[in-house]
This record gives sequence, structure tokens and C-alpha cells, in this order.
Amino acid sequence: MKPSKAPVVAMHAILAVSAVIVILPIVWIALAAFKTQIALLRGDVFFTPYYGNFDELLLSKSADYLMHFGNSLLVASVSTLIVLAIATLAAYSMARLRWPAWVPASILMLSLVFHMIPPITLVGPWYVIFRTLGWDNTSTTLILTHVALNLPIGIAVMSVFVRDVPIELEEAARIDGCTPWQVLLRIVVPLVKPGLAATGILVFIFSWNEFAVALNLTARGTATVPVAIAKFAQEYEIKNGVMAAAAILSVIPAVLLLLFAQRHIVRGLTAGSGK
Amino acid sequence: MLSPALGVYLLLALLPIVNLLAMSLHAIKWDQGVSHWTFNGLAHYASMYGDPLLRAGAVNTSIFALLSVAAEMTIGLMLALFVSRVGRGRVLYRTVFLLPVLIPGIVIGAIWKLMYNPDFGVINQLLGAAGITGIDWLGDGKLALISVIVVDIWHWTPFVFLLLLAAIESLPEDLHEAATIDGAGGWQEFRFVTFPMLLPALAVTMAFRLIVSFKVFDEVYLLTGGGPGTATEVVSFTIYRRFFTEDRMGYGSAISMTVLFLLTLIIVVGLSSMRRRAAQR
Repeated sequence: MKPSKAPVVAMHAILAVSAVIVILPIVWIALAAFKTQIALLRGDVFFTPYYGNFDELLLSKSADYLMHFGNSLLVASVSTLIVLAIATLAAYSMARLRWPAWVPASILMLSLVFHMIPPITLVGPWYVIFRTLGWDNTSTTLILTHVALNLPIGIAVMSVFVRDVPIELEEAARIDGCTPWQVLLRIVVPLVKPGLAATGILVFIFSWNEFAVALNLTARGTATVPVAIAKFAQEYEIKNGVMAAAAILSVIPAVLLLLFAQRHIVRGLTAGSGK
Repeated sequence: MLSPALGVYLLLALLPIVNLLAMSLHAIKWDQGVSHWTFNGLAHYASMYGDPLLRAGAVNTSIFALLSVAAEMTIGLMLALFVSRVGRGRVLYRTVFLLPVLIPGIVIGAIWKLMYNPDFGVINQLLGAAGITGIDWLGDGKLALISVIVVDIWHWTPFVFLLLLAAIESLPEDLHEAATIDGAGGWQEFRFVTFPMLLPALAVTMAFRLIVSFKVFDEVYLLTGGGPGTATEVVSFTIYRRFFTEDRMGYGSAISMTVLFLLTLIIVVGLSSMRRRAAQR
């Protein structure tokens, strides 16, 4: 039996309105990036596209947006690779090696707690520790903290995928004389590639987006894109168009990943908070 | 193979928390890159009680968490149910609704700061077209917190939607068929079949969102900076202000420590009660 037509139409209407509410702000800021300050202030709906905001953002003498973009790329990709390695090892070890039950239980509990607490509570001690070590304002420091912030979600997502690997395959490999390391690298890792993709994409985006830690642990030369955008908003005379241009450029990685890897993102998000 | 993960947790999480505890018991001064610590016992914890900023932060964070999560759960559940029922367009809706989850919080702040702008923001323009005079969404102390909550709802409802949609899709399809054969209408089926089956997923999602909403920082930093006055002051922001802006590291640490302790307590107690209930079933 099919449900009657009217409710379905109403549902579609509500969903379509919601989709518009989600998209409209993003479209609006994308348009703002191509407006002159005057067109923006007048609220023109129709306007001739203006590229001055991007010129000022990318090409002017004081422009350092590309440097911030580079910093963000560096921090996000290196921290993602480290999280992938550590999380895969931990997930495999907890799923397959004979630990007393409390070891994986406490690791998972720690992961959950670290995933849920506000990062700003840890930024203080990180600042003091790294400053005492003389590592303040370096990308290395930011990478380390992003590894710590994203390892919990990494372990959670990878655990879901590692548990799905058929244990018979691993047992067969072990009978054939493989060491646990060989089993991991030759059997498990190739089979959990979708999990690595899901985890990697999520962690990359989270690191790319992270602000509270980057704000306090970086200086001008190491600041990431979110920190740079926040600076625009705080200047005495806000250049709204330039800020819009910076914002639009900063969402490019997320939009690309959304278009080409949506399935992985959905699996990662649902696996990461399914417990 | 577990040791790298253990190492990260020990060195970058547990050790800093021990350090945080130590800092919270000291007054700390920096002199040429070297910190000088003077022990002052529980004085920082005692002064938290009379801190008006912290009180405003705690009150606002609670209001923020309750209102935004209530709205996110309601709208998210509604959208998830609709998408699971309409058949067509599922992939399109899911793609669109994923966007806010992936955008940097600071960019969301920037977008809404422009949209809320009393002079040229699109919201007042639309209202103006309807004949309503401009409203200072972020500058009015009575409205500012609500305006920030609206941004959070825009940001996180899609995430709730995704989790609930996944939960709905994992429900057995024959339940829907059985309910239809028994003559249940859409509302009856939801009330007596779908909703009870979804309760565990709803509870987990809500608990998760409630605790995680204490993280809110980026949007507030960009939209209002906690103002006007203390209208949008939230706990994360109070910690940042006391610790970094005012350089009162010992006192900031005491607030951090208290927040950490309370949230950890809630998480651990909540989790073990959930496990116990799951075991009873």
C-alpha cells in the first residue's frame, strides 16, 4: 500500500524549504565575495561581478592568505596521516589481540571523554607546556594537538571497520605463518581502505576547521585559515567583501570532499558517534 | 600496537590535565619565557563563586545547550522521518544537509555576522521588504543569545538529521509493512512503532549533543565576543578570556578543571547507566 499523495507533497515542500535555508547563507556569502563594498552595503541583488576582494586577499602586498592556506594544508594533512596510523594500530590491537577487558574499555572511555570535553580546557596547559619546551607558535605543536583532538574519533571509526574484517582470513594468514604485523599490513589494511578513507576525510576536515586551539597556539607565520578569517572580522573597519572571499575559499576542501566522497563522510560520521 | 595511542593520551591529554590541576593551585607569572609559580591553595576555586562573568557563562551555556539541542532534535527528527518516507531525492537532501557539518565554525560565524548585519544583512533586507524595520540581532542584549542559538541550530541540526536518518534506515522494513497492513496512519505508526524503536538512538544523540554543546566557542568568538555585556558569554569563552586575554592562568585553570570534572562525571555516569540499561534488555 502506498501512502496517499498529499502528505508526501507536504513533506517534499518542508524538506525543500529546509534545503533552501541550509544553502541560502552559503550562496549569499559566495555572492558577497564578488561584490564591491558599495554593492554589498546597498544589498544589490543583481550586480556585475567584482574580483577586487580576491585580488586584495591573494595578491596585495600585505596578503598572507596563501601562506595561511599552506599552513592549514600542512597541519591538516600531517595530523591526519598520524591519526590514521595510530588509530588503525590501536583499533586492530583492541579488536584482535588478547587484552584484559579493562584495557580496551578504558581506552574507549578515555576516547569518549576526550572527544566530548571542550578543547579550550586543554589549550591552557598545552600552551604552558609547549612554551616551556620552546615549541610555542610552531606547526609541529599544532599538529600534535590536532592528533590528540582527533585520535578519539579516529579510534572510534577505525574500530567499527576493523571489527568487520572476517576473522577467518586473519586466522588463515596466521596459519600460513604470518606475524601479527604481517596480518595487519597485508590482510587488514587492504580490507579497511573504506574505513581509512572515512576516517581520513573526517579528521582532515575537523583539523582544517579547528579554531580554538589554533587561535592560541599559533603566531602570524603559523596561523591557519580559521585564525586568519577571525582576524578579518576583528579589524576596526571590517572589509566584509574580503572576509567573504576568504570564507568561500576556505570551504573549498570540504565542498570537494562532499562532492566526491559523500558516502565515506556519512559512514564516518555515523560510525563515529554510533556508540 | 596500542602504545602509540596510549602515548598520545598520556602525554597530550592526561599529563596536561595533571598540569592543569597544578596550575589551578598556583598564581602564575611569565617573565621572559619562564613561568614563576606561587602556591595559593584553593583560592582560585573559592573566587569562582563570586565571578559574575563565570556565572553569566554558566547560565547562558545551559540555556544555549537546552534550547539549541531541543530545537535540533525536533527539527532533525522531523527531517529524517520525512526523508526516509519521500523515497525520491534522498541523496540530494543528504548532500545538502551535510554542508553545515563540514564548514568551519568560524566561517559559519562570518556568514551569519554578515547576514545579521543591521545595515546591509540579508535578514533585515527581507524583513524590510515585508515592511518590518531593522532589528539589531547581535547588538540587542535581549536578542543576542537567541541569535547565536539560531546559528547553532543551523550548524548542528543537519548532524542530528544524519544520525537519526541512519538509525531510521537501520529499522527493519517489515515493521513499516506490518503497521500499514494493520491500518496504522502515518502519525500512529510514528507514535507506536517508529518512535519507541528510535528511543535509544534519540537518547544517545541528545546526550551527545547536550555535552558537546559546551564546546561552543568559534561562533561566539566571531559573532559577539560574548557581548553585548555578558549576554552571550559562554563557559568556553570565559575560560579563554580569563586564561589568555587577562593572563590569569591559575584562575583560568581552576575554571577549566571544574568544567572538565563536571563533564567527565556526567559522561561516565551517563555511559555506565546506559550500559546497565542495555544489559537489562
